[in-house]
Amino acid sequence: MQITVNTSACVGAGQCVMTAEDLFDQDDDGIVMLLDDSPDSSHEAGARRAASLCPARAIKVTD
Amino acid sequence: MSDATRIVIVGASVAGLTTAETLRAEGFTGSITLIGDEIHAPYGRPPLSKHVLTGEWSPDQASLSDPDELAALDLRLMQGARASSLDVAAHTVTVGDEVVRYDALVIATGVRARRMAGTRDLAGVHSLRTVDDVVALRTELGAAKHVAVVGAGVLGSEIAAAARKRGLDVTLVGRSSELRLGQVGTHLSSLIAALHRENGVDLRLGFDVTQVLGEGRVSAIVLSDGTVVPADVVVAAIGSLPATEWLNGSGLTLADGIVCDSNGLAAPDVYAIGDVARWRDDLTTAYTRAEHHLKATEQAQAVARLLVTGEESPAVVPFFWSELYGTKIQAYGRFPADEPLRTIAGEPGDGRFVAASVEDGRVVGVVGWNMPRDFRLARADMVASAAPALSSPITTDPIGARL
Ligand SMILES: Cc1cc2nc3c(=O)[nH]c(=O)nc-3n(C[C@H](O)[C@H](O)[C@H](O)COP(=O)(O)OP(=O)(O)OC[C@H]3O[C@@H](n4cnc5c(N)ncnc54)[C@H](O)[C@@H]3O)c2cc1C
Ligand code: SF4
Repeated sequence: MQITVNTSACVGAGQCVMTAEDLFDQDDDGIVMLLDDSPDSSHEAGARRAASLCPARAIKVTD
Repeated sequence: MSDATRIVIVGASVAGLTTAETLRAEGFTGSITLIGDEIHAPYGRPPLSKHVLTGEWSPDQASLSDPDELAALDLRLMQGARASSLDVAAHTVTVGDEVVRYDALVIATGVRARRMAGTRDLAGVHSLRTVDDVVALRTELGAAKHVAVVGAGVLGSEIAAAARKRGLDVTLVGRSSELRLGQVGTHLSSLIAALHRENGVDLRLGFDVTQVLGEGRVSAIVLSDGTVVPADVVVAAIGSLPATEWLNGSGLTLADGIVCDSNGLAAPDVYAIGDVARWRDDLTTAYTRAEHHLKATEQAQAVARLLVTGEESPAVVPFFWSELYGTKIQAYGRFPADEPLRTIAGEPGDGRFVAASVEDGRVVGVVGWNMPRDFRLARADMVASAAPALSSPITTDPIGARL
């Protein structure tokens, strides 16, 4: 599984960190920071949930 | 419920598209028909009044999914197609001369912008709801000098901020004497007003627009105190109307939106979600409707999950964000009008803070002002019901007192 984030679309809502804090963090401006771009499959549900709740659709999860 | 094999969704914006995506993600293999009256592929509205209006983003950067993702959903997308009636007993929706049958129907038709009365034949008067609206407005702002924005809500504030960023003279007119921001209501009014003034907006609060002047094209607006505000472009952000006209006579309960139970059920096999829906809140027993992007997303996910798995989802807690002059404002929860906000981190005077709304000793809402990380922590605390350290109310802060 591969995760990418589009930091220029990110609105700093922090939904991703709330949903999967082992995968995402925020910088001081609230912009998403990806902690792990290719986590193992145990993180898949969390990653997909974070992507689906990101209001800016800034997170993409691909196989 | 889970025996539905034909799911029809009316309204192809964030709520409608998210429904389809969640149905597939939950393993639904039946047919999905997504009916939308706009000609564009589904897009999000929040960027329209922010980066798209300033010109930093092109309109297609507001798109919600690329063609491959849309194709992978394996659905019938009817674009430029308006549903004109619903027959609950027969389980059909009429679209043009086609009658579409459903086992389950999800209504996500959102709201439309309220237009300014008496301006139909006047060029230069705009509202902002769709991507077509923003394209038209951007073009006119490019040639304008002075824009008057009417509306004391967050949309009016965002449009005023974007127009200032484009270097235009901006007058912001509000009928009410306070500025509102989503579910936070007027609690942040003095801070938002200060932001506008610092950024050079001429703020006229507590005035009605009594007249729009111009021959063929707007030239000025007249306020209730007689002031004439010159304007070559007027943008009305004066509220919205739920898009339910096609449901008149359908038997659904319509009262400023579609009245639903706490799972979004409006009639047998008919659900409503997003801006058009008024869901029952089991906690407060009130029926509430809110125009929030993320609420539309979460209600869509809840209904799709219910349809596929039969499982009910926990109540959606309102979350709203906005950006004004680079200041990021985020709000989570409820903000009772008579409970003052209390700062829990930072200082309003420093332009960075997190504040809470407390009711009966419990934090029921948190708002962040340029402090995204602390806001997130406060929000997590609120969810975990941990009581943060509360300061005195921020309504007594020096900024509030100065205004
Ligand atoms: C400029 C702007 C900025 C915003 N900024 C923010 C923000 O910063 N944060 C935030 O939380 N929220 C924001 N919002 C609100 C957010 O965009 C809405 O909450 C969200 O769009 C609701 O989605 P929806 O799918 O329920 O309805 P809508 O987005 O209104 O979509 C409904 C769709 O249904 C279509 N339709 C209507 N009637 C019919 C019919 N009879 N047949 C077929 N199709 C039909 C409509 O044309 C539309 O495409 C903003 C809104 C606007 C306009
Ligand atoms: S949820 Fe999306 S918008 Fe919010 S911080 Fe994460 S990536 Fe950014």
